[in-house]
Amino acid sequence: MQRSTLKAWFLVHKWTSLVCTVFLLLLCLTGLPLVFWEEIGHLTGADPEVAPAAAGAQPQNLDDLVNRALAEYPGDVPLFFGWDDHSPSVYVNTGARPDTPPPEMHTAILHQYTGEVLPAPQFNEGVMYFIYRLHTDVFVGLPGMLFLGAMALLFAVAIVSGVVLYGPFMRKLKFGTLRTGRSRRLAWLDLHNVLGIVTLGWALVVGITGAINTLAKPLEQAWQTQQLGEFAKRYEGRPRPEQLSALDDAVARARAAEPGMTPAFVSFPGTGYSGDHHYGVFMHGNTPLTERLYRPVLIDVETGEVTARPRLPGYMTMLLLSQPLHFGDYGGMPLKVLWALLDLLTIAVLVSGLYLWFKRGSTEARVTEIERSGLVADAGIAR
Amino acid sequence: MNGVTKPRSPFVAPAWITLASIVGLVSALVGDGVFDVVSWLVFAVLVGLFVRAWVKRDRKR
Repeated sequence: MQRSTLKAWFLVHKWTSLVCTVFLLLLCLTGLPLVFWEEIGHLTGADPEVAPAAAGAQPQNLDDLVNRALAEYPGDVPLFFGWDDHSPSVYVNTGARPDTPPPEMHTAILHQYTGEVLPAPQFNEGVMYFIYRLHTDVFVGLPGMLFLGAMALLFAVAIVSGVVLYGPFMRKLKFGTLRTGRSRRLAWLDLHNVLGIVTLGWALVVGITGAINTLAKPLEQAWQTQQLGEFAKRYEGRPRPEQLSALDDAVARARAAEPGMTPAFVSFPGTGYSGDHHYGVFMHGNTPLTERLYRPVLIDVETGEVTARPRLPGYMTMLLLSQPLHFGDYGGMPLKVLWALLDLLTIAVLVSGLYLWFKRGSTEARVTEIERSGLVADAGIAR
Repeated sequence: MNGVTKPRSPFVAPAWITLASIVGLVSALVGDGVFDVVSWLVFAVLVGLFVRAWVKRDRKR
């Protein structure tokens, strides 16, 4: 590689890394507890202990469960109803109006078989929610999400440029070379390279899927406008119904329409997920892959009939698949532990990168260092 | 054969690591059981590569 080309890649790596490092450190540090959100919820009591269903017990009527949830929050309207795949519990989100945003929603968790309202803190309160907001939008909503998405893209560019620089640096070295007995700078540089390459594929995928996840709101809005907008046109000029047909019947019809799937959640009219005249019963499969790929079944809330079963557009499928690949919550506890270890190694890459920047010297010296596999006398660099 | 071996490209290891990571990431997503185990093994090996490098670090001055 020409020296001028190497220098250009070095500058790309330096500046993309520098701009995103502080934010990446924030994302890696806040992402660490989020990997274990479920476990922390159980340990702290945020997730209620749910007794198993008694033998032969039948699930409660869904409309009764919704009414019990509404009784907890007088004046609210139902927004979403969802099932927990791992316990016999359901959740009901309610709010002051149909388009209540998540930070203002109320949540009731109920036993699906006894109808008991289970004591549980709100999902949008507490330390974990604080960490979640720091990780997703730094408390400023969509602009914060998009900003963090841009940082994730810069991180991806920093990784790619880092790999380009790794080639000439490692030309005469064995994979995994870690020289700790010479200068401190060389030790940190080798550490940065080894860790960077070991975490390369994982960090690239987690970074890019993180960037995709920051587009969740615009993508959902595009889907609502395009696909759901077509159905909404059929109901143009008609007011949102005051009386809704039975939710229990709507879910039964959705189950009949998609026999190989189970309901994941239901959106009520006006929430943005199913127009003003439909329940959106979001069905999913039961494998790690298909349980994330929803199939909405739209049920007319006045007639109770199935209106449509639209396929999610490709960009929504990409969004839904990018979520597990970012969170690492799809391979049991061992994968979560490994995810956390890789997160810690990525933090070490970032910290070592910062150290190397603080002890940087001139750009020409650094390019020479890459060309000579780190074996360069540099009087300006402290040990 | 002239007995001279071409030095291996430094990009071979990153290419294998990226490929393995993608296999590990996708495996647990497509199924449970053995698919999860493949995923665990891949990432355990990746972490192990760093541990190996650290254990075998060169302390020579």
